[in-house]
Amino acid sequence: MTGVVGLYRPGTSVVHRLPAGVKLAGLAVVGAVSVMVGTPVRAAALVACVLAGYAVARLPLSLLWASVRPLLWVAVPLGVFQVVVAGWDRAAVVVGVLLALVLLANLVTLTTRTTDLIDVVVGLARRLRFTGVDPERVGLLLSLGIRSVPLVLELAGEVREAQHARGRGASARAFAVPLIVGALRRADEMGDALAARGFDD
Amino acid sequence: MLIEVSGVTHTYAGRREPVVRDLDVRLEEHRIGVIGANGSGKSTFARMLNGLVVPSEGTVSVEGRDTRRHGREVRRDVGFCFTDPDSQIVMPTVAEDVAFGLRRRGLSKAEVAARVEDVLRAHGLAQHADHAAHLLSGGQKQLLALTSVLVTEPRLLVMDEPTTLLDLRNTRMVADLVARLPQQVVLVTHDLDLVAGFDRVLVFDESRLVHDGAPAGALRHYRELMS
Repeated sequence: MTGVVGLYRPGTSVVHRLPAGVKLAGLAVVGAVSVMVGTPVRAAALVACVLAGYAVARLPLSLLWASVRPLLWVAVPLGVFQVVVAGWDRAAVVVGVLLALVLLANLVTLTTRTTDLIDVVVGLARRLRFTGVDPERVGLLLSLGIRSVPLVLELAGEVREAQHARGRGASARAFAVPLIVGALRRADEMGDALAARGFDD
Repeated sequence: MLIEVSGVTHTYAGRREPVVRDLDVRLEEHRIGVIGANGSGKSTFARMLNGLVVPSEGTVSVEGRDTRRHGREVRRDVGFCFTDPDSQIVMPTVAEDVAFGLRRRGLSKAEVAARVEDVLRAHGLAQHADHAAHLLSGGQKQLLALTSVLVTEPRLLVMDEPTTLLDLRNTRMVADLVARLPQQVVLVTHDLDLVAGFDRVLVFDESRLVHDGAPAGALRHYRELMS
């Protein structure tokens, strides 16, 4: 299996050295102000700024393409739909903003250790303790979510290979059942492993 | 560490037959092997040693602490290594996974970083510190899983078939590592070579402990059972 998009790539650039909290706050601010991007020129400027961030972080072009490629499944149909119902200008804005936000989110995770991101989230969750939120549990949830992505992809690959080996090419049921059973079994084992490593409450 | 298993029988919820029955054993040797056929109860026995499984009847205590009442304290001293490292690795990168076990130890960031660096260097994983854990080879993943346990400095290490998914080279690597560990080790395995030099070997069959003694006699007994 190849690498998972958005996984931390070590580096020493300015972007890498920025505190995780600053990067997350920047992402939130850009996300909020993106609703004010109303013209294709502004959308293009936003995308250009994000691409400049990749250049400053000295991330390879292959990573940029790996970030964009999965997005095409959403961006292309969305763009076509927008062209039909709202015209070229609106389509360029919507697709441009979507592209910029996803690339920016990827830039944050590519240049920030997961533990640093989790520490920020745990820190924020601590302020919500009075509502009954357990900050460590929130952090654990986040890290397990990130860790589960390659595990489920790997499991899906194994199930697909087994399907092909048994000559059941395109059966959704034959794919879903072992995938769900396997994921649940893996979750159970991971629960045991967490308990064994001291996370047993 | 002294492990005392007294009058233990365990039946999993929803099952009629006990998976372990009438078990009484006292363990304090440095290297203890556990062998037996699939479904003989050896993995359940291993999980009882750190309180992951609490017996339906009887008690398991480690250094006088009952796993039923003091499970968390016992787990601080008893590390556990699973068969499939993918189930044990919970963080995306190697260094982060090793650091994960120290999150609740009350250590500063600098202390955690120093301990992680030391243990990665000691086990030959330093060059992989920032690598994605899921992209490591099977042997490297098992080494990472083991390192992530060892960083918490357990006094006893329980290993449940740690070499089952490994090739011969990686099996030897794990065997060499286990041989060098200062900790007491309880190793559950199907690989009889791994326990040949151990101090004591327990043989399980059909939910019971059927032989307990020196490796030579235990391995002979097991081979006769399987023939």
